[in-house]
Amino acid sequence: MANSLKLPPGPVGTVGQRSVTWVRKNLFNSWFNSLLTLLSIAFVLWIVPPIIEWAFVNSTLTPSIDACRAVTGACWGFINANLRLILFGVYPYDEQWRPLLAMIVLFGVIIASLAGVKYPRMQKLIIPMWVVGIPVIAILMWGGMLGLTYVQNSSWGGLPLTLILSTIGIVFAFPLGLLLALGRQSNMPAIKTLSVVYIEVIRGVPLITVLFMASVMFPLFLPDGVSIDKLLRAQIGIILFTAAYLAEVFRGGLQAVPRGQFEAGDSLGLSYWQSMRLIILPQALRLVIPPTVNSFISMLKDTTLVVIIGLFDLLGAVKLALRSDPAWTRYYVEGYVFAAAIFFLICYSMGRYSAYLEKELRKGERR
Amino acid sequence: MKMKTILAAGAMSVAAIAANNAHAGAVLDGIKAKGFVQCGVNTGVPGFSAANAEGKWEGIDVDVCRAISAAVLGDANKVQYTPMTAAQRFTALQSGEIDILSRNTTATLTRDAKLGLTFVGINYYDGQGFMVPKALGVKNVSELDGATICVEPGTTTELNMADYFRAKGMSFQPVVIENINETTAAFFAGRCDVYTTDASGLASVRQTMAPNPDDYVILPEIISKEPLGPSVAQGDDQWADVARWAMFAMLEAEEYGVTSENVDEMKKSESPAIQRLLGVSPGMGEALGLDEEWAYRIIKQVGNYGESFKVNVTDKLGLERGINALWTNGGLQYAWPVR
Repeated sequence: MANSLKLPPGPVGTVGQRSVTWVRKNLFNSWFNSLLTLLSIAFVLWIVPPIIEWAFVNSTLTPSIDACRAVTGACWGFINANLRLILFGVYPYDEQWRPLLAMIVLFGVIIASLAGVKYPRMQKLIIPMWVVGIPVIAILMWGGMLGLTYVQNSSWGGLPLTLILSTIGIVFAFPLGLLLALGRQSNMPAIKTLSVVYIEVIRGVPLITVLFMASVMFPLFLPDGVSIDKLLRAQIGIILFTAAYLAEVFRGGLQAVPRGQFEAGDSLGLSYWQSMRLIILPQALRLVIPPTVNSFISMLKDTTLVVIIGLFDLLGAVKLALRSDPAWTRYYVEGYVFAAAIFFLICYSMGRYSAYLEKELRKGERR
Repeated sequence: MKMKTILAAGAMSVAAIAANNAHAGAVLDGIKAKGFVQCGVNTGVPGFSAANAEGKWEGIDVDVCRAISAAVLGDANKVQYTPMTAAQRFTALQSGEIDILSRNTTATLTRDAKLGLTFVGINYYDGQGFMVPKALGVKNVSELDGATICVEPGTTTELNMADYFRAKGMSFQPVVIENINETTAAFFAGRCDVYTTDASGLASVRQTMAPNPDDYVILPEIISKEPLGPSVAQGDDQWADVARWAMFAMLEAEEYGVTSENVDEMKKSESPAIQRLLGVSPGMGEALGLDEEWAYRIIKQVGNYGESFKVNVTDKLGLERGINALWTNGGLQYAWPVR
């Protein structure tokens, strides 16, 4: 018995010897794997040096056309010269501190909300923070009061627009999706039918169609002189669209909660909403964290589609910058790489947070 | 297909009803009340309407809106821009989301008559042309039989070209690429002999994308008519008049040699035409429902047509006036007299 508790033998040999062993065991353990390893090394050597050369060695950061014409690599000067246009779109130049501040407020509120998992005392603050945060952001962006000049939201753009569209989208689509999922599980036929029809219709059309309807057809059906703002129409379209997908994700979670849990709630004498809030949803939502975050990430990326209705999100602003001066137009690769990097940063952080969240919420199950 | 037609017809008739409800002068009153002109522009065509590095809109289409704002509100900067995609532009005008659409839009019969628009003038005469490498030694389009041609799909450009070649009994090999950057890259990489798009586009592509602009020539033939101009919703004639005469004022100013620099001295001019234009002898502004300095402000703040063209089109795209010269110089730009 005592033998089985003995620690496994420690590593043998020098670091060099051990790494040789590791390489043999993992990379060259058969002729096929050896071939794959060699091919992979060749591929990396073939593809990586030119990219590094293009992006770093032969590139320039100088914000002038002449400097860019002089180099063979990337023209990061295009980004440098148009950074504010790319980040803030056509928002009035002298007022661009406002979207910057709005973004900082938004990030602050988001990070504080996300930290609620680790610091339970923050949880009570989450709703008040949003209730204060959203109007602050709205006032900063729109102005028209407190001495700020009014800025139409057809002038909003760039990163703040992307973040606002997706954050507001998430904040509103989440509860709507939840209600739809519950509605689809409901025993009341009217609510159930309504939810099913809604979910299936919205899932049956592409987002681009919803946006087109919202921006091209919808205004024609309004009475003369009444026009609902373009940005608002797009935002509502995105919320309605995402909610339908989230509803199905949540339904998956609800169905995965064992029947006994519902019955337990009933036998405790809890009302429908009480048992949902206290027993079912905490379990169901925890189960579906990965697909929920998946939906959020794909929604964030879908916001780039607003470019088809004349709104400039981050990607749209890159295109705007490419056409700001015909001389820049040829540096589109640099522009798209820059936008891709920002999107990657945001989406990757979302993915990492979701992994962290899963780990935190599973603590109760670990022994 | 049929469904689409019905839907489109429905949308159009709704739009037409909506547009006809507007009473004369409503738009002008609305603009004065809200204090700005809502102007629909392109999401980005250098020289016509594009945002500069500071996010400010620039271009000859933008200048039309600035001129109207200067005439109506006294300040060329009181314009709010709504960037429009091709699909949205007419709905936005019909639904009253924008006051004027100044977005390099081709004036055609169906648009003018059926869509409930009124075109108020033509600020750029364009047409489809062809560009070839000089090394090919081609002098005109009739030598292009059997050529490979780079073109963007789904455009009138593609259809015009097919029509033209069929009518002439010539064959061609289209190389169809979705994105303008890639289309031009393919052309300059030698994947096709010919690149075709609107003449203004050809010139700007040659100027900005070509490794060496002198290695490429634009053939003399223009195979289609693309009169580009701003439009307003049908049913408010006074507003259409203001927009039209704001454009004509810029042309008249160029014809009489009035520029943003000399406009103050020109007020002392003896010429009756200039006196009428600048409001020295009154009557013109009143007729439009504006004050007498309307045209003076346009020229002072925006400049005449020639100035606007030079700053936006010639300097940025390297395009000469061509058929957009004044009629006195053999071009098509001909303003009705301000009198």
